[in-house]
Amino acid sequence: MSTESITWPRTAGESRSFVDHLHEWVVTVDHKRLGVLYVLYALVFLLIAGIEAIVIRIQLIRPHNDFVSPQVFNRMFTMHGTTMIFFVIMPVLFGFVNYLIPLMIGARDMAFPRLNAFSFWMTAFGGLLLYFSLIGANGLYGAGNAPDVGWFAYAPLTSRTFSVGHSTDFWTLSLLVSGFGSIGTAINIVATVLCMRCPGMTLAKMPLFAWLNLVMAGLVILCVSPLTAAQIMLLVDRYLGGHFFDTQAGGSAVIWMHFFWVFGHPEVYVLVLPAFAFASEIIPVFSRKPIFGYPVMVGATVAIGFISMSVWAHHMFTVGMSSAANNFFVISTMAIAVPTGIKIFNWLATMWGGKIEFKTPMLFCIAFLFQFLIAGLTGIMQGAAPFDWHLGNSYFVVAHFHYVIVGGILFCLFGAFYYWFPKMTGKMYSETLGKLHFWLFIVGFHLTFDFMHIPGLLGMPRRIYTYEPGRGWDTWNFIVTIGAFFQAAGILVFLGNLLWSYFRGKAAGSDPWDAWTLEWSTNSPPPAYNFASIPIVKSRRPLWDLKHPDDPDWKYE
Amino acid sequence: MSATSVATDGRIEWDRPARGRVGMFGLIAAEAGIFTIFVVAYLFYVGKSLTGPMPKDVLSVPVFFTICLLSSSLTIHLAAKALRRGTVRSFGILWFATISLGAAFLYGTAREWHRLIFDEGLTISTNLFGTTYYSLVGLHGFHVVVGLLALFVAMVFTFLGGVRAEHAERIDVLSLYWHFVDTVWIVVFTVVYVIGR
Repeated sequence: MSTESITWPRTAGESRSFVDHLHEWVVTVDHKRLGVLYVLYALVFLLIAGIEAIVIRIQLIRPHNDFVSPQVFNRMFTMHGTTMIFFVIMPVLFGFVNYLIPLMIGARDMAFPRLNAFSFWMTAFGGLLLYFSLIGANGLYGAGNAPDVGWFAYAPLTSRTFSVGHSTDFWTLSLLVSGFGSIGTAINIVATVLCMRCPGMTLAKMPLFAWLNLVMAGLVILCVSPLTAAQIMLLVDRYLGGHFFDTQAGGSAVIWMHFFWVFGHPEVYVLVLPAFAFASEIIPVFSRKPIFGYPVMVGATVAIGFISMSVWAHHMFTVGMSSAANNFFVISTMAIAVPTGIKIFNWLATMWGGKIEFKTPMLFCIAFLFQFLIAGLTGIMQGAAPFDWHLGNSYFVVAHFHYVIVGGILFCLFGAFYYWFPKMTGKMYSETLGKLHFWLFIVGFHLTFDFMHIPGLLGMPRRIYTYEPGRGWDTWNFIVTIGAFFQAAGILVFLGNLLWSYFRGKAAGSDPWDAWTLEWSTNSPPPAYNFASIPIVKSRRPLWDLKHPDDPDWKYE
Repeated sequence: MSATSVATDGRIEWDRPARGRVGMFGLIAAEAGIFTIFVVAYLFYVGKSLTGPMPKDVLSVPVFFTICLLSSSLTIHLAAKALRRGTVRSFGILWFATISLGAAFLYGTAREWHRLIFDEGLTISTNLFGTTYYSLVGLHGFHVVVGLLALFVAMVFTFLGGVRAEHAERIDVLSLYWHFVDTVWIVVFTVVYVIGR
């Protein structure tokens, strides 16, 4: 199909200096290089935010610990949350989407390559701005400190009275700047999916990966813009003496909560939809069956997109809303469990009767199915307002959303790393190290986040820097911290595997998994132009058609 | 820009939307999200200022400048149509009219703000009304400025003879943005001068 090659200026083999290489990467507008940049950038921040998590857990390993001061503890959980959401998970997902969407839909690049580069550098600059607060937050003499207002930065903590210096401003500006980057990327994804598909690839024949990320990009457009607006308001309050969130002048602290969570809840679905997209590609390939219920999967995705815009205030049951508002948000929260449940059943049905290969990507996806189910169930528990009055702001909440983000999203993401590593580098990863990573991480994950639910139920509030002994929290916190070290070990094995395989791995070939989507039809790594000739597709599994001309899919779809 | 009908093997008819339009609609959706939050904040805070001046005492309805801005939507529409027909000269004239009408609107805002600040003593930090008023109207004004800059660049290219009928698609995309800015003004006008007064 497209494995023939075209003469391309400056291909491998020519020796170039390091500066030339660097220059090429800095000025690149190639979606694959930008994708790799996103991923590498996110991995650096993953290490930083991971260290912050370890500091938090060491501080909480026993009562009355004084590993760090209360002030440093506040900065640690603020930076951990902000970094993980905005500068680890979003960039890494954007990286994969950037890399894969044009390849999957048979295009040579994104719709707007220069906007793509602009968006990446905005995101990168936003991350640097956040960490520059360590130097610059008290002026430029190097005595700064990091933001300490929590990742949702409730008013009035962010007012000038309570947040002296510039740490909150760095937080605001970094989210504003990276928000522009996210919106740019989202517009690019929508335009790419709608306008760059290769001939024959109608919307109903797109890989689910493209569908899910199309909905994700739509959500980014709709939910990051309220965050941008709220950050502008906060800047007006802090710099121009405005009163948006100033209760002494008639302003409202609660409206900040609404504005933040109008962003904050759809954001969860922004993060989880690409994870669903990974699972929807990996599970069929390793079950050797096409995805079960493609149209229903698409419908459920779109339904999730719509409903996710109307559930935000379930983060605010403890604020004291009217009972009508409480009822509405309880019902919408319950409703979103339905399309999500449909997806889980569809993945199970895909595996059902399949010839399952337990390779590392598949292991991560299977673990994802179980863990995401539990995360959803604890979500429903908190979605019931009366129960949330007990659980709100406790460690149960922390356990729940880490179950979603680590147990759901991060597991899928690791699966995606192993699944597409051969495509991106041309090298095969080490299956042994991959399995070691999986088992270390799954043990660590369950030690940490299963047992974190219990002190929450027992009343341990989140964001406390220490606690009294004898409340029944001690043992649980000890176990939770031990689990964190298992996870850290797993991450180190993962990074080691990536490095070792990149330099020493066996050549992977263009299609190591015998897969069915277009990215596997071109070389590994793909040439700059992706496809020598633009492919023409007739079904959802174009490579199946190519490999089985006697029994092609398009006869049945 | 137009990505319709790719040459294929002849068996598949292939039609996709133009990416410029899709991209602009994406941008408009994002901008609409930002404006929505500011409008919600404005409506939420109507009548909640603890101190004066109040909207009904100091705001006067800018009828003339509103008509200026809204009629610029008509002129830009006619300009884009003229370019599609290939009559660059009438395109240039209508385009210039659009810029003038937009600039007139900005002048109106500037005069109103000057009066509010120096005669009525209302600034962004005076009270909640000031905070919400200047940020909402200012956000819209900022979009008018950005739009005018873009229109001005196209105007310069027209003078230099760089705009021809084949650029009609791009001019269309730009005019979409201008229509959006005008539509937002209808919302802002209703919220600030009708409901909020």
